[in-house]
Amino acid sequence: MATAAVTAERENYLNQQYGIRSWLLTTDHKRIALLYLASITFFFFIGGFFALLIRLELLTPAGDLVQADTYNKLFSMHGQVMVFFFLIPSIPAVLGNFLVPLMIGAKDLAFPRINLLSWYLYAIAGLMYIHCILTGGVDTGWTFYTPLSTAFSNTKVIEAGLSIFVVGFSSILTGLNFVVTIHRMRAPGMTWSRLPLFIWAHYATSIIQLLGTPVLAITLVLVVLERALHLGIFDPKLGGDPLLFQHLFWFYSHPAVYIMILPSMGVITEIVPCFSRKRVFGYEFVAMASIAIAVIGFLVWAHHMFVAGISLYSAMIFSFLSYLVAIPSAIKVFNWTATMYKGSIRFSTPMLYAFGFIGLFTMGGLTGLFLAALGIDVHVTDTYFVIAHFHYIMVGGAVMGYLGGMHFWWPKISGRMYPESWGRLAALIVFLGFNLTFFPQFILGYLGMPRRYWQYPPEFQVLNVLSTAGSTILAVGYLLPMVYFLWSMRYGKVADDNPWGASGLEWMTTSPPPTFNFEETPVVTWEAYDYAHIPDPEEVAVER
Amino acid sequence: MSEHIVSSKLYIGIWLTLLFLTGLTAGVAFIDLGPFNTVVALVIASVKATLVVLFFMHVKYTSEKLTKIVIASALFWLLLLLGLSLADYTTRLMR
Amino acid sequence: MAVESHELALRHHFADPEQQRQAASLGMWVFLATEIMFFGGMFCAYLIYRYWYFNEFAAGSRSLDITLGTVNTAVLICSSLTVAMGVRAAQMGKNKLLVVLLLLTLVFGFAFLGIKGVEWYQKYEEHHIPGPSFDASDLIREYPQIHIDPQHSQIYFSLYFAMTGLHALHMVIGIGIFCYLTYFAVRGRYTPEYHTPVEIGGLYWHFVDIVWIYLFPLLYLIDRKPLG
Repeated sequence: MATAAVTAERENYLNQQYGIRSWLLTTDHKRIALLYLASITFFFFIGGFFALLIRLELLTPAGDLVQADTYNKLFSMHGQVMVFFFLIPSIPAVLGNFLVPLMIGAKDLAFPRINLLSWYLYAIAGLMYIHCILTGGVDTGWTFYTPLSTAFSNTKVIEAGLSIFVVGFSSILTGLNFVVTIHRMRAPGMTWSRLPLFIWAHYATSIIQLLGTPVLAITLVLVVLERALHLGIFDPKLGGDPLLFQHLFWFYSHPAVYIMILPSMGVITEIVPCFSRKRVFGYEFVAMASIAIAVIGFLVWAHHMFVAGISLYSAMIFSFLSYLVAIPSAIKVFNWTATMYKGSIRFSTPMLYAFGFIGLFTMGGLTGLFLAALGIDVHVTDTYFVIAHFHYIMVGGAVMGYLGGMHFWWPKISGRMYPESWGRLAALIVFLGFNLTFFPQFILGYLGMPRRYWQYPPEFQVLNVLSTAGSTILAVGYLLPMVYFLWSMRYGKVADDNPWGASGLEWMTTSPPPTFNFEETPVVTWEAYDYAHIPDPEEVAVER
Repeated sequence: MSEHIVSSKLYIGIWLTLLFLTGLTAGVAFIDLGPFNTVVALVIASVKATLVVLFFMHVKYTSEKLTKIVIASALFWLLLLLGLSLADYTTRLMR
Repeated sequence: MAVESHELALRHHFADPEQQRQAASLGMWVFLATEIMFFGGMFCAYLIYRYWYFNEFAAGSRSLDITLGTVNTAVLICSSLTVAMGVRAAQMGKNKLLVVLLLLTLVFGFAFLGIKGVEWYQKYEEHHIPGPSFDASDLIREYPQIHIDPQHSQIYFSLYFAMTGLHALHMVIGIGIFCYLTYFAVRGRYTPEYHTPVEIGGLYWHFVDIVWIYLFPLLYLIDRKPLG
C-alpha cells in the first residue's frame, strides 16, 4: 500500500500542471470534468435557492412572501436552472467526461478541444442566464409556452431563450464527442459486448442529445424571432397554432428526461454489481433497454399535451406509446434486483444511494404510468401529482444516482476516500428529506392542488408544511457531501487504485490517473463485471 | 470517406444532371398535375439530394457502414417528428 | 513542410492518422445529423401551416421570383461541383488547383448570398416582410379567385424569412470555413496523406446545398399552375 508521501509525489492529472491557465485552457477530459463539476454545483445552489423560496411561500395558504408575478418567476427559473444547467449536464459532463475514455481504455475523448468548447459554451450560457435573473428573470414557466412567451410576457424571455439555446449546443457537442469516442477509440479487445453498461447508457443518452436538442434549439430561435422581429409563427392572431410550439418543445423535452435518467441508470448498473460482488444479471438486456429507452422516448412527447387540444385519436396513440416506454425501464429494475439476489451485499454509501434510486425511481416510474392513462391525466394534469412524479424521477432517481456515482468514483477522481460514516449519514438524510418533501405532493395533487399557484385553500396547508420541512432536511443532506468531499481533498485517507475491488478499466490505473490515463494502452481479454475473478477488498485486507 | 478518387468526368456528369433536374422541377411546376405537383417536386428534390450524398459526399464509395446508419437515423427521426405531429393535425375536427 | 504535415497534424490521443481521419469524418456526419433535426423543426412548422393555409402559401410562393430562385439553385450546385473537385485535387496533391477551386467555391457562395439579398429587398419593397409594415393586399388583388387571409399570409412569409435566413446564416458560416481552408491550402497544409479538413468542410458545404435543394421547391414552387 502506498504511503501518503509517495502517492502525493506521483504525477497525476491534478498535479501535472498548476495555475489557472492550465485549468482554463486544458484539453484533458478529466480536468474539464472538474470544471463542469464546479459550474453545475454553482447552478445547483441557484436552482436550490429558488426552490427554497418556493417552499417558504407555500408554508402558508396566503400569498404573503412574494408577489404573484415574482412567484411565477421563481418556479420558472427553478425549473430552467435545474433542468438545463444542472440535471442535463450533471452526470454526462462530470462523470461521463471523466470516465468514458478511462472505461474504454482511451487516452482522451475523440475531440478534446471541442470538449473544452462545450464547457465554455456552458459557461457563457450560464453567465447569460445569471444576467437574465439579475435583470428581471423570466415568468413563462420553464416550458416557454406561447403565446405567453412570444406576445404577453414582459420578462426576459429572449435572453433566457438564447441562453438555453447556447447551453443546448454545449449538450450537443458533449453527445457528439461521446458517440464518436465510443465508436472509434475503444482499446484493443474492448468489443461492444465487453463495454461497461455505464458506456451503453451514455451512448444512448448521447443519441438523444444529438437528435433531440436541435429541435429545442430551433423552437427557441423561432420564439426569439417572433418576439424580436414579429415573425409570427405561433401567433394566434395570425392563425398560428400555440400547440405547434408545444409539439416542437416536447419533441425534445420529453426525451430530455431520458437524458437526465439514463446516465444515472448507468451509474447504478456499475454500483450494484460491485457491492453485490456479482456480475450484472442480463447484460444484453440492460444494454438493449438503454437503447430502447432512447428510441421509444422519442415517440411519447404529446402525453404532455393530453388536455391542451390535440386530437383524441393522437392522444390515444401517445398514451399507448407512453405505456411502452415503461417496459425497458422496468427491465432494468428487474436486472438490478436479480443482480443483488444471492450476492454479497455491502451497504457502503454508493450502494445506499443505489437502493434509494431503485425504490424512488420505481415509484416515480409507476406514477408516470398513472399519468399515461388519459382519464387519470385529465384529473391530475397541472397538479402537484405531476410535480411529485417528476421529482421522484429526477431527484429521487437522477440526483441520487449522481451522488452515488460521485461517492463511488471520488477515490479515482481525487485520490482520496471520503469519510464513510458521514457518507452513509448524508445518504440517509437525503432519502428521508426527499420522501418528506415529495410524498405529500402526490396527495396534494390528487386532492386537487394546482401547480404554479402561489396561494392555495387552507385545507392543503398541513401537507405543504410537511413538504417544506422535508425540503430543509433534504438541503442539509445535499450540503454534507459538499463539505466532506472538500474536506477529504486535504485530510481524507489516501485511496488505492481500486478501493472497492470494482471491475472496469478505470480501476486499473492509479488514483488519481495520470494525464494520459494509462501507462500503456490496455488490451482487453476479459468480459465486463468479471467479479468472480476480482478479489473482494473486504476479504483481502483484514486490518481495514 | 475512402481514398477512392472519383473521376472528374463523373463529377461533371452529376453536376449536369443536377442542373437538368433543377430546370426540370422549375418547368414542371407550370404544368397542372393536380396534387402530384408536390409529389413530383419532392421526388426530384430527393433524387438531387441523393446524387449529392452518394457522389459529391462520397457515400457511394465509403467503406464505413456507420455513415449510412447515421444518415438513415437522422432521416428516420425527422420523419418521426413530421409524422407523429401530423397524426395530431390530420385528426383534429377543424377546417 | 508538406511531407511532414501529416505527422504534425496527428493529435496525441489518436493511435494513428487513420483513426484520426475516421473520427473526424464520423464527427462531421453526426453533426450533420443534428443539423437535419435543426432545420427539421422548421420543416415541421412549414408542413403544418401549408396543410392549414394552402391558398396563402400558394399566393405567397407565386410572389417569389422564380428566375432568381432557379439561378440561385444552380449557383449552389456549381459550388458543390467545385467543392467536390477541390477534394479530388487535394487527394491528388494538386495544390494550385485546390486553391483555385476553393476560391471559386467562395465566389459562388458570395453570389448566392448576393442574389438572396436582392430577393429579400424585393420582399421589402412589396411590403411582404412580417411585422407592422406587412401588407398582403397586392396578393389579394392578384388572386381574386382564391380566398386569401392576410394574417395567414404573414405566417407564410415568416417561415420564408426564417428558413431562408437560417440557411443564409449557414452559408455565411460555410464561407468562413472555406476562407479558413483557402488560407491553409495556400500555405501548403493539405496533402494526399492529410486533407481531412477539406473533406469535412466539403461535407458541411454539400449539406447546406441539400437544404436549399429542398427549400427551393417548398418555397418557390408550391403552385405555379396557370390560372384559369
